[in-house]
Amino acid sequence: MSQIKSLADLKKKREEIKTGLDVRIKSIDPENHVQVKVAMATCGIASGAKPIMEFFVEQLDRRNIPGVVTQTGCMGYCFAEPTVEIKLPGKDPVVFGYVDLKKADLIIEKYIKEGELIDGIIPVNYETIDSKE
Amino acid sequence: MLTLALNILDIVQNSIRAEASTITIDIGESIKNDFMDIRVSDNGKGMPEELLSKVTDPFVTTRTTRRIGMGLPLLKHQANLAGGDLSIESHQGKGTSTYVTFILGHVDRQPLGDIAGVMTILMSANPEINFLYNHKTDTGEYRFSSLEIKEYLGIGDFNDSHLLADIKEMINENLKDIGVFDIIKS
Repeated sequence: MSQIKSLADLKKKREEIKTGLDVRIKSIDPENHVQVKVAMATCGIASGAKPIMEFFVEQLDRRNIPGVVTQTGCMGYCFAEPTVEIKLPGKDPVVFGYVDLKKADLIIEKYIKEGELIDGIIPVNYETIDSKE
Repeated sequence: MLTLALNILDIVQNSIRAEASTITIDIGESIKNDFMDIRVSDNGKGMPEELLSKVTDPFVTTRTTRRIGMGLPLLKHQANLAGGDLSIESHQGKGTSTYVTFILGHVDRQPLGDIAGVMTILMSANPEINFLYNHKTDTGEYRFSSLEIKEYLGIGDFNDSHLLADIKEMINENLKDIGVFDIIKS
């Protein structure tokens, strides 16, 4: 494969992929998609959130799961970083802690694909002073 | 945090929280002058002067703005370890600019790390923000703009892992061309 150095190369490569594969066009309706939020504050980044986020971006696409991967700030679970919040369509968000690549794979296979809960969930059924007001 | 790229990823979060629409990352390195500098600047809401004076104190925090925490003190520490320093300029309503310097060949200077990966993560998670990245060395300069890519390809976001991998490759190839040597996977 030739090297990609310029925007023209990038466009050419993209067109090659488009003709070779059926590139899914994702609508921007987040309600019908899996939403993955990776906590990307200092605590998260220092604990390895970057490779986790790269993993979700790559693997959701590769495993044909319509999803949107974004980042959030610190959720207050610094002790359990990297943390990932997953929201399946029509369900409440679930936060997983201590996520490494192995666990990220398990989250995709068990929770995202089959809705099966796995170890390492951080309970989010609390109310903060702010949310009470 | 083991690389400068991860520190940059962290500092950029401040700009994102400050609702910036354009975030510029400038990196300069000169083997001739044994010098490296990084500037992260944004057009976000900026911060008041009294906060600015305390911003590198890890124990100062404001709940309402959430502009500070451990990120800046950690980067300042890294700069100080490598014979450099960190300074911040901010004007309310105009934006903030964080400037860090290092002695390039200092034994304690962190390697640059996976800056291309950091750029692609930032772009895919924040498609509405224009990320500019300029890297200057003794032999050349590379300029990158996420908005330019969006316009050139006619796309609205970067939610495509093939495209992100290609963009990462493009940045790395260009950095190699201008002699950036300490790109490592982090």
